Amino acid sequence: MQQHRQAKWNDTASEGHEPLLSEKDTTRYEPTDTHLPDELTREGVELPSLSEPELVRHYTRLSQMNYGIDSGPYPLGSCTMKYNPKFTEDLAALPSATVHPDRPSKSAQGTLQIYYELQDYLGRIGGMDAVTLQPPAGAAGELTGILIAKAFHEYNGEADPRDEIIVPSSAHGTNFASAAMAGYDIVELPADDDGRVDLDVLSAAVGDSTAALMLTNPNTLGLFERDIEDIAEIVHDAGGLLYYDGANLNALLGRARPGDMGFDIMHYNVHKTFATPHGGGGPGAGPIGVRDGLAKFLPSPQVGEEGEEYTLFDPEESIGKVHGSMGNWLVLLKTHAYISRLGDTGLTDTSAKAVLNANYLASQVNLDVPFEPFHHEFVASAAKKDAADFAKKMLDYGVHPPTTKWPEIVDEALMTEPTEAESRKTLDQLAAAFNSVDDEGEDVISEAPNATAAKRIDQTKAAREPVLSWQQISD
Amino acid sequence: MQDSLEIDDSQATRDRSNDRGSPFAPHDEEDVRLMLDAVGATDVEELFDIPDSVRFDGEFGIEASSEQAVMQRLHRVLGTNDDVTEFLGRGHYSHYVPSVVDHLSLRSEFITSYTQYQPEVSQGFLQVLFEFQSLVSELTGMDVANCSMYDAATALGEAATLADRVREADGSVVLVPDYLRSERRDVLENYTDGSDLSIRELPTEGGMVRPETLRSYLDDDVLLVYVENPTSEGVIEEHLTEIGSIVNEESSLLCVGSDLVALSLLQNPGQFGADIVVGNAGVLGLPNVYGMSIGIFACRDDFLRQIPGRLVGASRDSAGDRTYTLTLQTREQHIRRERATSNICSNQAWVALRTAIHATYLGPDGLTELADRCTRLPARVAAELDEINGVSAPVNDAYHFREFTVAVERDASEVVSDLVGEGFAVHERDDQTLQVCVTETNEHRIDDFIESFREVME
Repeated sequence: MQQHRQAKWNDTASEGHEPLLSEKDTTRYEPTDTHLPDELTREGVELPSLSEPELVRHYTRLSQMNYGIDSGPYPLGSCTMKYNPKFTEDLAALPSATVHPDRPSKSAQGTLQIYYELQDYLGRIGGMDAVTLQPPAGAAGELTGILIAKAFHEYNGEADPRDEIIVPSSAHGTNFASAAMAGYDIVELPADDDGRVDLDVLSAAVGDSTAALMLTNPNTLGLFERDIEDIAEIVHDAGGLLYYDGANLNALLGRARPGDMGFDIMHYNVHKTFATPHGGGGPGAGPIGVRDGLAKFLPSPQVGEEGEEYTLFDPEESIGKVHGSMGNWLVLLKTHAYISRLGDTGLTDTSAKAVLNANYLASQVNLDVPFEPFHHEFVASAAKKDAADFAKKMLDYGVHPPTTKWPEIVDEALMTEPTEAESRKTLDQLAAAFNSVDDEGEDVISEAPNATAAKRIDQTKAAREPVLSWQQISD
Repeated sequence: MQDSLEIDDSQATRDRSNDRGSPFAPHDEEDVRLMLDAVGATDVEELFDIPDSVRFDGEFGIEASSEQAVMQRLHRVLGTNDDVTEFLGRGHYSHYVPSVVDHLSLRSEFITSYTQYQPEVSQGFLQVLFEFQSLVSELTGMDVANCSMYDAATALGEAATLADRVREADGSVVLVPDYLRSERRDVLENYTDGSDLSIRELPTEGGMVRPETLRSYLDDDVLLVYVENPTSEGVIEEHLTEIGSIVNEESSLLCVGSDLVALSLLQNPGQFGADIVVGNAGVLGLPNVYGMSIGIFACRDDFLRQIPGRLVGASRDSAGDRTYTLTLQTREQHIRRERATSNICSNQAWVALRTAIHATYLGPDGLTELADRCTRLPARVAAELDEINGVSAPVNDAYHFREFTVAVERDASEVVSDLVGEGFAVHERDDQTLQVCVTETNEHRIDDFIESFREVME
């Protein structure tokens, strides 16, 4: 059984852990003798100023109070927290990768070549005809995809009746929010008893108002939507488009492609499937793939190839832009490096090991997993325990817990995605953590965690009395 | 041109790790056998519940490569980017990023972590983001700041939808100055596509907003007024105090676009009546990486529950210690779904870390002095260019920040292309106008740049 105690720096002066930058130093600086007249300048600024050694110690200590995938397993369902290969960071740090977005194309051929090749790679992997790399995150990709669907219907003169997007109840929250941002009404689709799309319910839901159905496959329970071809037919017959949420693509790499299943538009979460680091919440990237007839609506510019040269061009019916320039370039560069490192064999093996790991882990965990056969992730039930407490206690065993209380179709859900990057031994330790917590009483787990830098945090206080800056602490 | 799928470096070694499949999956054959036994399967393929009709054969046509081969090839591809000195800006700027930023931000506990859904084990990053919010709050003069948007353009889009939600006026028009970059305007159009908002353009004179023009454009239809300081042409707005009072009189909202370096020196938006501040925080922490950046979003306290994106707040843990946690999450998509304030989930947290390190490395004096330099350099370079025959700079009679426009009595596209030949990149604005940006990162090339400019004008 693995134990772990996270580093914790205590400082009585700050009533807690590592003092804030502002508690280490606050300097007010009022410039004199500026080039600008006084009426165009501010009076001064008050900010911390630390010497380099002090700065390094501050951030090193903070890093020690943070858990990453390099610290241990991080099986957050739907987040695909896999190992991030280090060599990709070295590429991202190259001076030749440091290019201004407004350079003439002729002068940035290397960068454009990488864009062009990555558009091609992702098209092959998703079975899509054209790809844009511009959306800076998965949710931005969803918004882009839905705007493309909207542009398609407008182009066909059908925008007026088609004002609804259908989303399964168990979909990621971003699907609902992205469709709403694009101005659509949401039609929620309840799952059938097996946890999948119910074809009768879908048939009843689609119609002249349907703009698109957003679906992830495997779904958030890890189940493959076996009726995907029928689903595609129902949506297409009604005149709608089928949108693929790429959050769970890791399960299918090399084994099935959204384009072959009948999806018209998809986004890729490269920070999930293609191992670019999550960076504490971002940056990610959410490229979009579309089938042939939709390529003309893609954001501008696209990267093309003319003879010996890579060029930028605006698709003829482009929806315009979804990012101020060309998206999160460094993330895209790392994606390219990862895909070219793995190739066909590595990508196909990734889904094999991801699905094997999820199945093995579930077999070693003494909790009920109500929906099967799952693929890259499974949703266990904490049963009579509170899933949030269950997760907090897992932290004491040096592992990150699963996603909790979602999807709601499973009581006290623990949505678990170990990814391909964990060894059998690590999975055994993870299973031991699940099983130990399962054996403990609610009274014990509700007091957890104890081995982390902070003990249980009062969320209600944080929301009721918001303190969002050091200025508000000193108030 | 290389075949895009071929790795042809002859010295590239074959890497044994590829023979097993993914080099980043730790399993050996024995592991696989034991694991399959445990789940009661004989082959991994049995675990896939995929109908044959949609099965794919795994042949993408992408060849696996060793790490060395990928490194060599991508080094070579990136090496085909011309080695030019950029005098480019227009919303994307480079300042010198000290080494310490890379070393600290690449600590793997930071870069390999996820969004802080388990705050007890994520105190380090949460404190970083709390400190980032505080820095942004001080520099923008706003009560609250979130912990990032994707970039300045998407932050502007989010500002418009926030104005729509808080509804302090009846209108539906977002008034934007004519100097707004078309890329930012395009993003704004897409972010407001699902609302009743429309965009209207405000003409400017001499590169800046004139209060009398603004007054004539402000009517009951106007919900939000957006101005930049400095503008996308580097002009420092001179009538912000008056603009603030005009907008506030009409009960429209004022949104200001800026960046963290400029904000350390220029007029404090919190003092002249801004309700929302957006812009580019990546001027600290990131060089020009093809427009990848981080957006600022800061606003008045009373909009708190309508803010888009993630917020970190201070709280207490059960031991009574001060701790940090994501808060006010009922605004967000994973809880509020279609009624969320935004669809944003992943943001630019890691860039926020870099920005905070860079800002604290500079301190208030270093930051303000950097900003002061950004006002002196363009004045100097414009004056020198102005002495060249057929060149007039700056076009706008104003103070400038980092950059300025230049009129040339020669076809601008030819001048740009000739300058690339001399090893310098500048913006082409129209037939006879260029834009030039200068910071401490290209300052050492100013004399060569002026000399080349003189030569291409002859």
